Amino acid sequence: MAALQIHNLKRSFGGLPAINGVSLEVAPGERRLIIGPNGAGKTTLFNLITGDLPADAGRIVLFHTDMTRFATHRRVHLGLGRTYQIITLFPRDTLEHNIALSLLGLRKLRWNAFGTIPAGLFAEARSVLQRVGLGALAKRPLSEVAYGDKRRVEIAMALAQNPRVLLLDEPLAGLSREERVTVKALIAAIPRDVTVVMIEHDMDTALDMAERITVLHYGKVIVEGTRAEVVADPRTREVYLGH
Amino acid sequence: MTRWIVLLAALLALPFAAGEYYINLASQIFIFAIFVSSINLLLGYGGLPSLGHASYLGVAAYACALLYLKAGASHLVAALLALAGTTLMAAIFGLIALRASGLGFLMLTLALSQVLWGTAYRWVAMTDGDNGVRGVMRPAPFGLNLEGATAFYFCTLALTAAAVWLMARYVGSPLGAALRGTRDQPRRMAALGHNVWLVRWITFVYAGFWGAVSGLLFVYYHKYIHPVSLSLTNSAEGLLAVIAGGSGTLGGPLLGAAIVMLLKNYVSGYVERWNMLMGFVFVMIVLFMPEGVVPGLQRLWRRFRSTI
Amino acid sequence: MQYWAIQTLNSLALGGLLFLLAAGFSLIFGLMRIANLTHGGLFMLGAYLGVSILKVVPNLWLAALAAGIAVAVFGGLLERFILRKLGGNVLSQVLVTLGFAFIIADLCLVLWGGDPIPVPTPAWLQRPVFIAGLAFPAYRLAVVAIAVLVGVLLYFLMERTRLGAMIRAGVDDREMARAVGIPVSRLFTTVFCLGAGLAGAGGVIGGPIMSAYPGLDSDMLPLALIVVILGGVGSLVGAFVGAFITGFVYTFGVARFPDLAYVILFLPMILVIAFRPKGLFGKFAA
Repeated sequence: MAALQIHNLKRSFGGLPAINGVSLEVAPGERRLIIGPNGAGKTTLFNLITGDLPADAGRIVLFHTDMTRFATHRRVHLGLGRTYQIITLFPRDTLEHNIALSLLGLRKLRWNAFGTIPAGLFAEARSVLQRVGLGALAKRPLSEVAYGDKRRVEIAMALAQNPRVLLLDEPLAGLSREERVTVKALIAAIPRDVTVVMIEHDMDTALDMAERITVLHYGKVIVEGTRAEVVADPRTREVYLGH
Repeated sequence: MTRWIVLLAALLALPFAAGEYYINLASQIFIFAIFVSSINLLLGYGGLPSLGHASYLGVAAYACALLYLKAGASHLVAALLALAGTTLMAAIFGLIALRASGLGFLMLTLALSQVLWGTAYRWVAMTDGDNGVRGVMRPAPFGLNLEGATAFYFCTLALTAAAVWLMARYVGSPLGAALRGTRDQPRRMAALGHNVWLVRWITFVYAGFWGAVSGLLFVYYHKYIHPVSLSLTNSAEGLLAVIAGGSGTLGGPLLGAAIVMLLKNYVSGYVERWNMLMGFVFVMIVLFMPEGVVPGLQRLWRRFRSTI
Repeated sequence: MQYWAIQTLNSLALGGLLFLLAAGFSLIFGLMRIANLTHGGLFMLGAYLGVSILKVVPNLWLAALAAGIAVAVFGGLLERFILRKLGGNVLSQVLVTLGFAFIIADLCLVLWGGDPIPVPTPAWLQRPVFIAGLAFPAYRLAVVAIAVLVGVLLYFLMERTRLGAMIRAGVDDREMARAVGIPVSRLFTTVFCLGAGLAGAGGVIGGPIMSAYPGLDSDMLPLALIVVILGGVGSLVGAFVGAFITGFVYTFGVARFPDLAYVILFLPMILVIAFRPKGLFGKFAA
């Protein structure tokens, strides 16, 4: 049983097909990398999977459930997590508040309109931050924290929900070399009960993070296979050298 | 917390220090403050600019007045039905208006509100049109006579305090935190599992409820209701108060309500054209003090000081 | 039969006026993402200016042109010196236009007084026109003709001129338009002037039917909103279709249920929002 299955997914923008019949299958626990030149449709694919964009045709299945018609928040409740390429966190709030919002997302507590947020939730948020090495910054407002740390908060936020499938959209973008090492280690340490699908633009840095690779170009899957297979395939080279 | 206690103490002492004119003015400020706070729930905390909030005040006021005067309902029944009916109306309006967000939301709330305003004028059989509805008596809860200014003042103060407290609980709750999250990053909140639409809709209904409460108090205070209370001008005054006081805080709307009410009361004695002045104040505040009058003046003062 | 014919013509005439009003609003909203709440006031200002101009130049069409230009200039100044300063902050722009709506309304009250001022119909249009044995007031036919003419001209502008292409590009994707070298700021001012001018001229053209009176702005603004919500934002066709639908619903609604005409306006809007939040022809959801 695949963790994530995509069947012939299609999406156009005003006549221009951004995703043009993409099918793929990710096994549970797999580390999949999706690469492709700019405009290949990688982020669009993620947006379709999370429901930020409705699909024109095709199916998206998470384990047993066909979630093609589901609203975004429902997909999250099924176990889908995601980080964004551009950091869209809550700058005016503290790190622990940011994580707390994530923890609330899946709990009944989020509908409580009269009580206060329990101290226990913030404690849990702090331990999540601790696990990614940001425990000391828990009470700092997000706007005062370094870019690399914000990336870690992004990932922590998604991990806090114990997703079954985690989509990472260019998690290494804009990081310095040291920050990259830290974040890569963080991703490598994600437990195996989480299936990870990652988009990365820079093939060299991302290659060692993935087991299987899907190459996207003009909204279609061009090459797919293990790392070795994809690197050796001449079509991969063509796609990148063509730029 | 001490600030609130000091304020409350001062307000409790007011009727013993001031004359009837000021007591009545204070009552009006309280009623307006509930109205403004309910707008702020949507705008400041939810990021939803509602331009038609006067609808809830007006419909509740009309419903209460008409039920009491024309249908012969008791005060309690009229008030409860008016509250329930207006809140239901808010629920339905929310379903319509929340199909969009941002500008679309604003236009829908405005259109819905203008339709009600126009209906209040034209449905003469029901509302007596431009004549308004007069003759409403103040209720006497538990036998208390509220006809006097002081008694009404204390009653209104109590209700306003309760309203502010309940709204404070709301924004401080997990749902309130979620609401603020949807204001700042709606897509992210959805990606975290929050049902952004539902959070907004619940807030919309709650804000409508408090708008209705302010409508009841309004009609009890004035003993009269006229279609102008449903007008865009009235909604705009509420918005002006939110902006002037600083949106997104609990105290802001209270301050803003006081500023606008006092301005209106004193200025309309000297200036014939209140609307033009309000428009002008609007433009000035938005251009030069968008974070609110007090922080804005502080900032301008600091800049002035640094240039001399 | 005569009754239905007259009501139909009234609907068409109202639709025509609403088109003049809403086309500008829709363009401004579509291109600049500004919900211009002064729009009703600009219509009213045009009507009042027309009244004054007519005292000097007793030609309705010249008065409409002159008033349109004056209101366009006013709109341009508003956009250039005030709205632009707010740098795309949506709520601020709305609040400022709201503030100006109040200023304009009170200004008109001060300058022209509180009594409704009728606008005389041009003499050669004062008699009825007979079509198929039914009598139609000539002026209303003229209004419909003008609306159609303006519609055609606007269509030509949008589809066949460079300015129109730039506007359409800006509506579709503002950033891209800027990136391609379209002078977006100047375009904004131009479009705002155009929209304001249409509203102002519309006010004069509507004068013989509606008169100029305090409160004209509050009567017209919600109608403009409903037209744009129905027809869709940023679409000329949408404004056209929406205007005529609204004209019909309002006119027949008022005739049949005079007290509840406003509520009847509700219904098509709700239906459209429920099933097509973009409106009938909209480019994007408002």
